[in-house]
Amino acid sequence: MYAFEIERPSTIADAVAALQAEDAQALSGGQTLIPTLKARLAMPSALISLSGIGEMQGLCMSDDGALCIGGGTTHATVASEAAAHYPALAAMASHIGDPAVRNRGTIGGSLANNDPSACYPAGALGSGATIITNAREIAADDFFDGMFTTVLDEGELITEVRLPIPQAANYQKFVQPASRFALVGVFVAKYADGVRVAVTGASEEGVFRWSEAEAALSADFSASALDGLSVPADGMIADLHGSAAYRAHLVGVMTGRAVAAAS
Amino acid sequence: MTSVSMTVNGRSVSKEVEGRTLLVDFLRNDMRLTGTHVGCDTSQCGACVVHVDGRAVKACAMFAIEADGAEVGTIEGQANADGSLNVIQQAFQDHHGLQCGFCTPGMVMSTVALLKDNPKPTEAEVRDYLEGNLCRCTGYHNIVKAIMAASGQDVSSIAAE
Amino acid sequence: MPKDSGIGASSKRREDVRFLTGAGNYTDDINIYGQTYVHFLRADVAHATINAIDTSAAAAMPGVLQVFTGADFEPVGGIPCGWQVTDRHGEPMQEPKHPVIAHGKIRHVGEIVAAVVAESLAEARDAAEEIELNLTELSAVVDMKDAAAGGTKVHDDLTSNVCYDWGFVEENKGAVDEAIKNAAHVTTLELVNNRLVANPMEPRVAVGEYSRADDMHTLHTTSQNPHVIRLLMGAFVLSIPEHKLRVVAPDVGGGFGTKIFHYAEEAFCTFAAKAVNRPVKWTSTRSEAFMSDAHGRDHVTKIELALDADNNFTALRTETYANMGAYLSTFASSVPTWLHGTLMAGNYKTPNIYVNVKAVFTNTVPVDAYRGAGRPEATFQIERVIDMAARELGVDPIALRRQNFVTEFPYATPVAVEYDIGDYEATMAKLEEIADIGGFAARRAESEARGKMRGLGVNCYIEACGIAPSNLVGQLGARAGLYDAATVRVNATGSISVMVGAHSHGQGHETSFPQVISEMIGIPEDQIDIVHGDTSKIPFGMGTYGSRSLAVCGSAMVRAAEKVIDKAKKIAAHLLEASDADIELKDGQFSVAGTDKSVAWGDVTLAAYVPHNYPLEDIEPGLEETAFYDPANFTYPAGAYACEVEVDPETGKVTIERFAAADDFGNVINPMIVSGQVHGGIAQGIGQALMENCSYDENGQLISGSYMDYTMPRADDLPFYDVDHSCQTPCTHNPLGVKGCGEAGAIGSPPSVVNAVIDALQSGGKDVTHIDMPLTPTRVWDAMNNA
Repeated sequence: MYAFEIERPSTIADAVAALQAEDAQALSGGQTLIPTLKARLAMPSALISLSGIGEMQGLCMSDDGALCIGGGTTHATVASEAAAHYPALAAMASHIGDPAVRNRGTIGGSLANNDPSACYPAGALGSGATIITNAREIAADDFFDGMFTTVLDEGELITEVRLPIPQAANYQKFVQPASRFALVGVFVAKYADGVRVAVTGASEEGVFRWSEAEAALSADFSASALDGLSVPADGMIADLHGSAAYRAHLVGVMTGRAVAAAS
Repeated sequence: MTSVSMTVNGRSVSKEVEGRTLLVDFLRNDMRLTGTHVGCDTSQCGACVVHVDGRAVKACAMFAIEADGAEVGTIEGQANADGSLNVIQQAFQDHHGLQCGFCTPGMVMSTVALLKDNPKPTEAEVRDYLEGNLCRCTGYHNIVKAIMAASGQDVSSIAAE
Repeated sequence: MPKDSGIGASSKRREDVRFLTGAGNYTDDINIYGQTYVHFLRADVAHATINAIDTSAAAAMPGVLQVFTGADFEPVGGIPCGWQVTDRHGEPMQEPKHPVIAHGKIRHVGEIVAAVVAESLAEARDAAEEIELNLTELSAVVDMKDAAAGGTKVHDDLTSNVCYDWGFVEENKGAVDEAIKNAAHVTTLELVNNRLVANPMEPRVAVGEYSRADDMHTLHTTSQNPHVIRLLMGAFVLSIPEHKLRVVAPDVGGGFGTKIFHYAEEAFCTFAAKAVNRPVKWTSTRSEAFMSDAHGRDHVTKIELALDADNNFTALRTETYANMGAYLSTFASSVPTWLHGTLMAGNYKTPNIYVNVKAVFTNTVPVDAYRGAGRPEATFQIERVIDMAARELGVDPIALRRQNFVTEFPYATPVAVEYDIGDYEATMAKLEEIADIGGFAARRAESEARGKMRGLGVNCYIEACGIAPSNLVGQLGARAGLYDAATVRVNATGSISVMVGAHSHGQGHETSFPQVISEMIGIPEDQIDIVHGDTSKIPFGMGTYGSRSLAVCGSAMVRAAEKVIDKAKKIAAHLLEASDADIELKDGQFSVAGTDKSVAWGDVTLAAYVPHNYPLEDIEPGLEETAFYDPANFTYPAGAYACEVEVDPETGKVTIERFAAADDFGNVINPMIVSGQVHGGIAQGIGQALMENCSYDENGQLISGSYMDYTMPRADDLPFYDVDHSCQTPCTHNPLGVKGCGEAGAIGSPPSVVNAVIDALQSGGKDVTHIDMPLTPTRVWDAMNNA
C-alpha cells in the first residue's frame, strides 16, 4: 500500500467535510478497498473511515413500511436484523462473501462500488430501493451507471438505503466458483404494482433489470411464465468461469428458481 | 503515525502506527503475536481470522486504527487459563483437524465464532460457515468432524479416523 | 482392540499443541535483529528483450540499501536441474541457464527482473516503482504444440523449444505398433491434464543471514528438504562450501511438492545478505506465489488402448506434450518421464507399452512436481481410457479392470519397474463394500426423482513411492542419490532424540516416527523426540517428497535404532553378567533369556554415559548411531477409488455426493494420520477434476493469478470421505513393510470423478464421452448442449 492517513469521523457531516480533501476516499467495510490498496491500484491521500458513524448504522422501518438500512450497516447485521422484515434481502445478505467478510462489509460500500458481480446491486435494483446520500435521494433505477460506476459525486456518501417490502421475493445466486461472487445472481421481487427482476454478475454493463421477464411475471407470477424468454448472450460477460451464452442461460434458470422459491 | 489503543487477549496495549498498518501486521509485527497468519492478499483464505469485539474478522482486511478501542482476540488467547487446550482446540487435536497448522488459527477462531452463534451446527452449516477458511491439507473432513465434536455432537458415525 | 501406542496406534499429534495455540514457528515468524526486506520487481510481460535497466533513481530512494539486477548475478551459477533426461536418440536434454535474476531476456510473467533491498518492505516497494525498464516485448509462446512446432524460441541459444523427445521403452515401439494394428478393438482418447498451482496455505518465505565473523551463511526457508537446498544452492549457484552454509526449514505450512525445489529467491536472500551485510527477508504474497511457485501437471496426451477379442489389454501407446515452462525447475525433467512413463502399466498386465513424451519450453512459470508428480497423469490416462473402452465395448468397467489385473508378484512391467507385492482384487472388493456400489441404482433413482443426473465412477491406481533406489535413478539420469539418513541419539537417562533427514510439513513425523522407536524399545512415545529441518543438526538426508519419509527415512531410523539396541544389549549383557546372545529387549527391560534377571533401559543408557561399570575395552561409551538407508526398490501403494456425483442438468454443476477410497499402503504406523493424508489428497484430486485450472492467455498473461480466479476447494465443495486402508500387503524390501500414503489421494481420485460425471451425463441421455478437466459448470453445460 501507498502511505495515507486514516480519519475516523463520528458524524456524517464530519465525514463529508473530511472527504473534501484532495484524493481523500471513503473507507466503509474495506473488504474490496483494502485488497485494492494492497495491490497498489489506488493511491488515496487519506481514508475517511465510516465505521465510527453511529447515524449510519442499523435498520428501522419507515412510516410508509419501507425497510431503512444505514449505509454503514454490515451484511451480518442485515442478515440477522432484516430477517423479520424482508427475509429475501436478509437471506441474500447472509450469503455475501463469508462470515468474517460479512462482519465488516457494508451495504453502502457495496452499492457505491457497484461491482458487476456483487449481490447488493441486484437486491437494491430488484427492490426499487431509494439510495439516500448526504446530498440527495436517488432511485436505484437511476443509481447504477455501468460496472464499478454509479451516479455518486466525488465525496458523496450513501447514508441510508430504503427498500419497499415486497409481497414475495427471492434471490438466487449461482456462484463463480473461485471468488464466490455471483457468476449470475437474480433478485425477483413481487410488488402490488408489478414484479421486478434484477440481474447481477452477467452483463458487461453491470446490474440490469430483465424487463421481458418482469412483464411476464407481472402477468403471471410463476416460473412457467418465463417459458420461451431468454436474455441475449450479446453483452454478457465471458471469462474462464462462463461463456456469454452460459451466463445468458443461467439468467433464465436462476430467474425461474427465484420465482419458484419466492416467499 | 497515529496512536492506537486496544485490548489484545485481555491486555491493554497502546502503539503508534501508520494509517496503512493492517490489524494483522500490528498483531504480528508490533505485538509479536505470530499465530495469526497471512495466506493471501485478496481476503479469502481466512488464515488471519481474529475476533474484534467478539466478531470474527479478517485481520488482513482491517486497519489497526479501526480497532482503536476494541477488544481483539487472537489464537494466542484461546487456551484455558492453565494453558491446556480449550474444548475446540482439543477437538481439533482429537480428530486430527489439522496437518501443517498454517490455516489452523483461523479455523479455530472461526469455529469459536460459529459455536457462539450456533451451538449445535449441522454438517452443512459447518461447511457453509467455513466458506472463508481455506485448508489445503485436510480435505476438511476432520475439520468438520472436529467442529461437530467440539459442539458436543456424537461424531462416531462419521466415516474414518 | 486398537493399540494406544506404538506401531498401529492412532496416537494424537504432539505438534498440534503448538499449532493450535499460535506457537508454531514458521519462517515468516522469524525476525532477525537488523533485518532488511527485499521486494522483487517481477516481469509483467511474458517475453521481452531487456535493453537496459536504470536503477539510479530507485537506489536514491529513502531506506534503500542496494538495488540488484541480473548483471549482479552473472558471475554466479544458474538454478540447477537435478535430473538429466536422455532423449530417444541418445542425446542429452536441452538445458538452458536459469538465472537468479533475468539477464538479457524475460521469459515468463513473474520472473524477477530486479530486486530492491531496503530498511522496510514499503520502502523497497516504493523504490521498485522508480526502476526504469527498457524492454522490447517479443511475441510469447504459450501453447505446447505451437512451441514444439517452431516459431518463437524461448531460449535463443537452444536449437528449439523441445527440451527432449523421450521414448520409453524405445525398443518396444515396433511391437506396440504391431499389437495395436492387430487389435480387435482400439480405444483412443485425447485429453488434457490441467495445469495446477500447488497452493500450500503458507506462501514461500526466505530469510538470508551472513556472519562476517566466521564467513557463515544461514538461510531460513520454507523447504521440504533443507539439505537438498544447501547442496544445490551451495554447490551449483553460489559456490559456498557446505560447512559455511546452514539451511533451516522450521515449521512449514504445507508443501505438496512446490517447496522441494530450489528457488531464485532463496539464492537471492543468501547472496544479498552478504552483499549488504544485513539479514534479508522475503515473504511471498499469494499473488507472487501464483507467478513464482513452480506449477504442476500440464500435459496434453493422446492415448490408445488395444484389446483382443476377449477384452484383454494387448497394448498401450501414448504421445504426450509436457510443459516445462520457461526454465527447468529442480525435478521438472523427471516428472513426465521417470515418474510417469514407468507407471503406465497401472494395475494391469498389458504386455506392450510405449510412451512418448515431448517436453517443451514455453513462456510460462516453470512446471515441476506437484503431489503425485507424473503418477496422477499416468493414472488419469489409463483409467479414463479403460472407462471409455468399457463403454465402447458395452462391458462393466469394474469387470474389465478385474479381468486385466496383475495377480502374480513380483511382476516385471514392460516399462522397467518391478512391483514387489500387491493385491488389486482385495482393494477392489473392499471398495465395492465401502462405496456400497450395490446401492448405487437406488441412489440414482432417488436423484433422478429430484431432477438430477447421478453417476458412479471407479478407478484403480498404482504409484511408485519410497523414492528412490540410488543406483537405479542414477542410471536414469538423477544427479543425486535418493537415500535418507537418521541419527538416534540416546540420552544418559534414556530419552531419545532422533535427527532425521525427512521434513515434516503436515505429515506428523514428530508423532509417527517416535511410535516406531517406542515399539522397538518399549519406552513411552513421549520419551522420544524428532529433530528435523536444520542442516546443522540433522544428518545428510534428502527430505520429504514422493511419499518417501517413512519408507526411506523411517527405514534409516530403524537401522540406526537397531544399531543402538545391539550396542545396548552388549552393555546389558555386561551389567547382567550374561552373554550378548541371551539378552532380550521387551517393554524397556533387558532380560536374560530363561531367567528373571533384568535391567531397565534407563540403567543401561546411564551406564553408557557414566561408564564406571562398563566393558570399555570392548565398546565405546555413549549410545548414538547413524544409519543411511538406500531402498532396494520403489514401493508400490495401490488401490481402488469410487466417486458418485450429481449433475444439475440445468446448470451443469457437479456435486460430489460420495467418495470412497480403498488403499493398500502396506503396514500402517498411525492410521489416523494415514487417513488424514488420504483425505487431503482426495480433496486436491477433486479440485483438479472439478475446479482448479491455471490458465494463461495467448500473450502469456496469467489469468488465474489469485483466489479470485483460481478455484480452491472449500469445505462446502466436499463431502465426508469413506477411506479404508485395511488391505495390507507389506512392502517386501523395507524393514517396516510400509509403502507411503502422501500422494495416493491426489493420484487416485481425478479419474473416478470424471468417470462419474460421464456416467451421469450418459445416464441422462447426453452423448458425452469426455470432458477435459476441470469439469466446471460452464464446461459441463457446454458439453451437454453440444452433444
